Amino acid sequence: MILDDLPVLPVIIPLFAAPICLLLPNTRLAGSFATLIAWVSFAFAAMLLATVAEVGPIEYGLGGWANPLGIVYRVDLAGAIVMTLVSLLASVVFPYAIESARDEIVPSQTSAFFAMFLICFSGLMGVVATGDAFNVFVFLEISSLSTYTLVALGAKRDRRALTAAFTYLVLGTIGATFFVIGLGLLYQVTGTLNMTDLHDRLQGADNKVIRAGYAFIFTGLGLKLAMFPMHRWLPAAYTYAPSAVTAFLASTSTKVAIYAMLRFLFTIFGFSFGFADIAFGFFLVLGLVGMFYASTVAIFREDVKMILAYSSVAQIGYMLLGISFATVDGVGAALVHVFQHAVMKTTLFMAVGAVFFALGSHRLSAYKGLGKTMPVTTGVFLIGGLSLVGVPLTGGFISKWVLVQAAFGSVQAIPSLLIVLMIVASSLLAVAYVGRIAWTMLLEEPTSRTPRKVPLAMMAPMLLMAAVTIYFGIDAEGLVNICRAAAESLLDTGLGYGGAM
Amino acid sequence: MGHLILRVTIKLLFAPILLFALYVQFHGDYGPGGGFQAGVIFAAAFILHALGFGLGSCQRVIPPNWLPVGMALGVLIYMGCGFYTMFLGGNFLDYDVIQPDSTHHAGQHIGIVVVEIGVGLAVAATMLQIFYAFAGREPEPMDDAW
Repeated sequence: MILDDLPVLPVIIPLFAAPICLLLPNTRLAGSFATLIAWVSFAFAAMLLATVAEVGPIEYGLGGWANPLGIVYRVDLAGAIVMTLVSLLASVVFPYAIESARDEIVPSQTSAFFAMFLICFSGLMGVVATGDAFNVFVFLEISSLSTYTLVALGAKRDRRALTAAFTYLVLGTIGATFFVIGLGLLYQVTGTLNMTDLHDRLQGADNKVIRAGYAFIFTGLGLKLAMFPMHRWLPAAYTYAPSAVTAFLASTSTKVAIYAMLRFLFTIFGFSFGFADIAFGFFLVLGLVGMFYASTVAIFREDVKMILAYSSVAQIGYMLLGISFATVDGVGAALVHVFQHAVMKTTLFMAVGAVFFALGSHRLSAYKGLGKTMPVTTGVFLIGGLSLVGVPLTGGFISKWVLVQAAFGSVQAIPSLLIVLMIVASSLLAVAYVGRIAWTMLLEEPTSRTPRKVPLAMMAPMLLMAAVTIYFGIDAEGLVNICRAAAESLLDTGLGYGGAM
Repeated sequence: MGHLILRVTIKLLFAPILLFALYVQFHGDYGPGGGFQAGVIFAAAFILHALGFGLGSCQRVIPPNWLPVGMALGVLIYMGCGFYTMFLGGNFLDYDVIQPDSTHHAGQHIGIVVVEIGVGLAVAATMLQIFYAFAGREPEPMDDAW
């Protein structure tokens, strides 16, 4: 029974657990329960990945309704990887969140905090699992609405969390509206919302309604994933959210939006759609501009969380760049970077959260001399930072390497060599902002304040993520291969999707 | 004795509104209606009462700390129904397995009614929670709020 239900279990278990979590009386209990649920979901997601890698895509009809009629969950290799990634990060961040939430959230709200965390987690898993275009919207909204609440819960330590959450709410809702308008237009043309069905009916079709729908959908998703000119909500939301929330969101929510974008780009529209080339051109330019703009802004910020948030916008640029190549290598590189960036950003934001726990600040001035007062956290931060720059033996190097390879292997409006030079140049900008933090931590004199001792429940997940960052920097062949296979399944599946390469 | 007409009207309307909510709730199986609308109507009766007689009198009947329980319980009923069908061997929310031998899909009816009760409970509790949150807040931001 359990094996048949694998595609749906990692989505509904956290959704079922969330209301129970809301009723649990104290932080420790609610947090431990949420952690347990995350681990169970991770176990099922890993089983799902193993099954999908063996037998190929799995379909699951909710309510027993057959494929095009009902809502169908369809998990292929790309989906299974992202689900495993999201549940892995949840199972690392949730235990970290217990102590962090006791410190940063009003005690009466911590049960609700973990309930929201679980709902957000469930929504993100749902976006990936579902094979129904409208269901993507529903789950996207489930995760977004809970995210607005999670960001706003940072208000105990900094009231600016409220305005950040409100800005995010307004922009996120505009994004969702655009997305659903696009879906409505497609539904008007095709009369179906099932992804495979949509793909079949859109094959070869091209008219103004479909083009408008295309534009609406990708603008909406662009807002959700903080594509360069639509990234304004992200830095404030990440900066003022509670530490654990930032660690989780930075690594999952934009990644899942990227995944949704890949689904629509390749699974639904495919390459036969004439408008696709224009979109890839846009992603190429916006990705490149985003990389430079956001990295440059990050250099001049005085708040470490803000610096890392802008760096996230820049990193999304790399992913868009990989997607814009529209080749198996390019999309594979984007997926590798999705994974590596998720791991390194969680590491970094967890370290920032530990410093916030110890010193009560995430401003750069608080980081003076941390190398002497908090050596372990500094070490973890530096590992994450090196990975962000792309230094060999860290995860970030691998993803930049495959991205550069993919750039040489594709034909673009901009010459490949120039693109590669720009990737390297923007990495130098990363050296500047990471170096600035590292300088403050290592070479300046400590302030007189002695930091609070960070509990083991926060240190252990942080060290684990640092270890994962290094592990996938050394032994990444498996990861690169599986991401490539996932990209192949996205671009050209047995269902007759697209026809790249 | 201000608002006499309003208060008498509210007293007259209160019970019929609740009854109508239940009608919409259980009619949702066969026609327009269902848990969402019913939950809103149900909560509207209490909101109307609170508007006429003050928030305090409404909160004596439905204390604010019940509401999160109602919200959670509603979702649990819905999800529980889904898990129940899964344990019976069907897919998630496949109501047919509740009454597999039925010739007129009795399982579907039972499933829908149970799920809609969950929806109604969750929506009613959420509506009241939102109302309590807005109606119960301090009129002006306090000086130390900023």
